[in-house]
Amino acid sequence: MNAIYILWLRELKRYTRSKAQVIASLGQPLLYLLVLGFGLGPVFQRAGNGSYLQFVAPGVIGMSILFTSIFSGIGLLWDRQFGFLKETLVAPVPRLTVMIGKTLGGATVATIQGLLVLIICLIAGFRPVNWAILPVVLVFMILTAIVFSGLGIAIGSMLQDMQGFQLIMNFLVMPIFFLSGALFPLDNLPSVLSFVTRIDPLSYGIDGLRNVLIGTSQFEPAISLAVLCAVAVLFLALGSYSFSRIQL
Amino acid sequence: MIRVEKLSKKFGEVTAVDDISFDVAAGEIFAFLGPNGAGKTTTIKMLTTLLRPTGGTISIDGLDPATQPNEVRKRFGIVFQDPSLDQELTAYENMEIHGVLYHVPRKIRHERTEMLLKLFELWERRKAYVKEFSGGMKRRLEIARGFLHTPKILFLDEPTLGLDPQSRNQLWTHVKNLNKAEGVTVFLTTHYMDEAERVADRLAIIDHGKIVAQGSPQELREQTGTDSLEGAFLALTGSSIRDEKAGSADQMRQIAKMWRR
Repeated sequence: MNAIYILWLRELKRYTRSKAQVIASLGQPLLYLLVLGFGLGPVFQRAGNGSYLQFVAPGVIGMSILFTSIFSGIGLLWDRQFGFLKETLVAPVPRLTVMIGKTLGGATVATIQGLLVLIICLIAGFRPVNWAILPVVLVFMILTAIVFSGLGIAIGSMLQDMQGFQLIMNFLVMPIFFLSGALFPLDNLPSVLSFVTRIDPLSYGIDGLRNVLIGTSQFEPAISLAVLCAVAVLFLALGSYSFSRIQL
Repeated sequence: MIRVEKLSKKFGEVTAVDDISFDVAAGEIFAFLGPNGAGKTTTIKMLTTLLRPTGGTISIDGLDPATQPNEVRKRFGIVFQDPSLDQELTAYENMEIHGVLYHVPRKIRHERTEMLLKLFELWERRKAYVKEFSGGMKRRLEIARGFLHTPKILFLDEPTLGLDPQSRNQLWTHVKNLNKAEGVTVFLTTHYMDEAERVADRLAIIDHGKIVAQGSPQELREQTGTDSLEGAFLALTGSSIRDEKAGSADQMRQIAKMWRR
């Protein structure tokens, strides 16, 4: 338990000390929120879908959690590159412990990042329909963060160097984001695209957030929760398996 | 303390370590020498549970690293060839993480951290980030960290690589003192023959994955009819330069050589 805590704390310290990184990681969500929120707002409203800022804010929060958690997992590559991974792998603690500490650390950082983006959304004019159920927002944020931290660890364990990073970015992370319904509604999509969005775990995270924050959603919140829990277990198992097979 | 019998490691068609056997007694300082790519680091990785051997057996304090890795890991400390500190944390925080991972009780952890950081002259800088440290300070911190959990064995894989003579001298003095004070068995690799001759009780020379000689420095000098360990080393391994893909350690080695000129 102590080992999980100290590795979790390490992730948090690294995050809070890197102020430039915190500010930079807020830049992209802010850009999406302002450019898309205000740029596409009138078109969205004319189509009879209400305020685009209200619609896109949960998507931007989800995007922030996705990027932060998955890159935190892939950050294992930095630990490999700068040697700290060796220190943890020769320690007399099960690799599962190390993996859990790192995953929880990454998930915590991603959740904090999600909360910061939520605050930015509120400043930009976003208004939740019900303030009382905001704790449920946190549940969806944490689950989404755990899902993608687990996936990030699985990927980070398999990559040997930074060369595969761009590949993962272009062919995994960006498709997960764009196919999640973060930027557009998931109804009335062509059947193939509709199928793909339904196998994208981020769809359930963002849909759950949207349900809680603005009261509209594609799936039942209970279904979104169940899917996120199941995928979290699956990705944690995958991350744990990949991490256990690392050889230096 | 360490017993290795017919140990081998193959990477595909390449045999990195080929049927080697040796023993290291408790409290001994044992140097494991060899040219670049001879199999030193691969051997250390197998001894420290980072790699599984292809064949042969290893016994660390009577335990098998393949079947009892966590028990074995509690018994040794290691300083790797390349740095393994978290540069974004302070010196004290790096020690703290190590202590927790090695199950050192809080009170002992703090006492030993203070004692070791003072010994290695880092106590005043304990709150500084490691990224602000010089190469010598980082090395000293890694060795201090290796001693934190009072290991029975300390593995040092080229610990003085890239250090100036003063730092090297100070570092070996501390290692020898701790070896005497705490009875730690030291297993080291180095490219500096003068260091090996100065600190090691016994040594083994590995070349092309095979052990070509082992004994005390004096025995190797007598065996080869040379008057220095470097002479013995060259007599046993030849003087041709080995081709090896340059890694970060080799680049540091080159820089260190340039500095020494």
